[in-house]
Amino acid sequence: MSRTKRDIIPYLFLVIPVLIYIIWVIAPMFYTFYLSLTNWNGLTTPEFIGFKNYTKLFNDKVFYISLINNLKWLGVFITVPVALGLGLAMMLNTAIPGEKFFKMTFYMPMVLAMVVSGLIWGWMYHPKGGLINTVIVSAGVMAKGPGWLSDRDIVLWSIIIVAIWRQVGYVMVLYLAGLKSINPQLLEAATVDGANRWQVFWGIILPLLTPVTVIVLVISVIDSLRAFDLVSVMTRGGPANASSVLANFMYIESFNNYKMGYGAAIAVILFLISLSFIALYLWRVMQDEMEY
Amino acid sequence: METIREYFKSPWRVLVYIILILSAFLWLVPVITGLITSLRTYDEILINGFISWPETITFENFKTAWDRGGLSRYLPNSFIITLPSIVLTMFLSSLAAYALARFKFPANRVIFFTFVGGMMLPFQVLLLPVFKLTDFLGLYDTYWGLIFFHTAFQLGFCTFMLRNYMRTVPGEIIEAARIDGCSEIGIWWKIMLPLTLPAIAAIATLEFTWIFNDYLWAIVLTSNDALKPVTAGLATLQGQFVTDWPVIVAGALIGTLPTLLVFLFLQRYFIEGLTLGSSK
Repeated sequence: MSRTKRDIIPYLFLVIPVLIYIIWVIAPMFYTFYLSLTNWNGLTTPEFIGFKNYTKLFNDKVFYISLINNLKWLGVFITVPVALGLGLAMMLNTAIPGEKFFKMTFYMPMVLAMVVSGLIWGWMYHPKGGLINTVIVSAGVMAKGPGWLSDRDIVLWSIIIVAIWRQVGYVMVLYLAGLKSINPQLLEAATVDGANRWQVFWGIILPLLTPVTVIVLVISVIDSLRAFDLVSVMTRGGPANASSVLANFMYIESFNNYKMGYGAAIAVILFLISLSFIALYLWRVMQDEMEY
Repeated sequence: METIREYFKSPWRVLVYIILILSAFLWLVPVITGLITSLRTYDEILINGFISWPETITFENFKTAWDRGGLSRYLPNSFIITLPSIVLTMFLSSLAAYALARFKFPANRVIFFTFVGGMMLPFQVLLLPVFKLTDFLGLYDTYWGLIFFHTAFQLGFCTFMLRNYMRTVPGEIIEAARIDGCSEIGIWWKIMLPLTLPAIAAIATLEFTWIFNDYLWAIVLTSNDALKPVTAGLATLQGQFVTDWPVIVAGALIGTLPTLLVFLFLQRYFIEGLTLGSSK
């Protein structure tokens, strides 16, 4: 086979997938930057207006509510499900009666559509007939249960609980895979040397799991920034935007209010927040590549 | 029996086990609630309270959700959108993955990192242009609009995973085939694909749940009720039966049955797919 023909082969394999990826993913990303500098209602041609969308955005109260809600979500997501998932993985890493049942139980929320989870939890949160308030009232804790999805102070947390319920299994899967790759002799040696469970966990297991932890954290951040379905189905960001997140805010401005240029500006902000974490992940992948 | 008694000799293990059972119960509460609710009538729940012995058990809610709620339409739509998307993504990403895994050429790294970076983008940054593009191509309110987007977007993840997997195939097999005069497309089809089958099965299982469960793109790229997949359909159902929770919950359970079955029967692949990327 001639040299040039050999050189061209990989490109023949790549041409269609790469083209499709550029048209549907890469080019749209850049186009959103342009759209964020325009006034566009989705029907007319976008009209260039410079940074007006951004100045408006930085004076929009809902933007700050959404941003702060996203940060709260992110803060909870990189701690609570990670700790719970790791804890469960530690408990289920040994052969234990009913191991399969336990694993399936914690994995199950992952395969349910978020819409489905949102609807079922929405019903459990129902102020009167819902399970949670029925339990609270009949146990005599309160005369009237809280409005889980109607009280502005707790609505966001009610939704985040659903997201945690879903996320824990994912974290657990990743940590279980990580734990499997730890050499048991290492742990035995430490135990023989007199280390207790706690010391083995903090001193050996956790440091060895660092690569998994990095991936878990990146995934948690990305997932928290993508949060949309649960909010959309359970509250649409209400009451009075109390549970709004950027993804939902962007959707409503673009597709309910037809302020698509403005929506694009929100998307750009969301993108910029994700960027540092995408970069962190790419850097990790790059390091793996160097090992080859 | 003896081994179980042996197992619980240590009090530490008993404590762990109690924690596990309690957490598992807590985790199952939403599902149990859903099942119980779907079999009762809303009036009865409101009158007797949720925690009460059901007077009657009825399958009427499922029937209502299926017929009047439109699930008989939405559920097939989900399959019509999901299955072609999976086939197309797996086909195209295995082509790209082969080139990236097995050839040295200048653009290799750039293309690879573009795929990996793209898979992590927040959807919102693609939403408006893809909406516009779909409309421009005349694919708004068609199955193809969604199929094309899912295929394209999932290329990032699938190419990434398959490329890493294909790297582990021993080079000698490929060299031997080349010396025997096998064409590159022949090597991809006759050697690479069969050897990557375990990874393809794992990724395809995972992709099924992801694409099937998509809600955002379904509501952005379709508005015609006849074309909606089940996720978007459930949101419509919620609007239609605002207060009749047993019907809404019954609909949600029907809507989740396919992914639940896939998970139950293909759990091994599902878990493999999730861990492929993280445990190298």
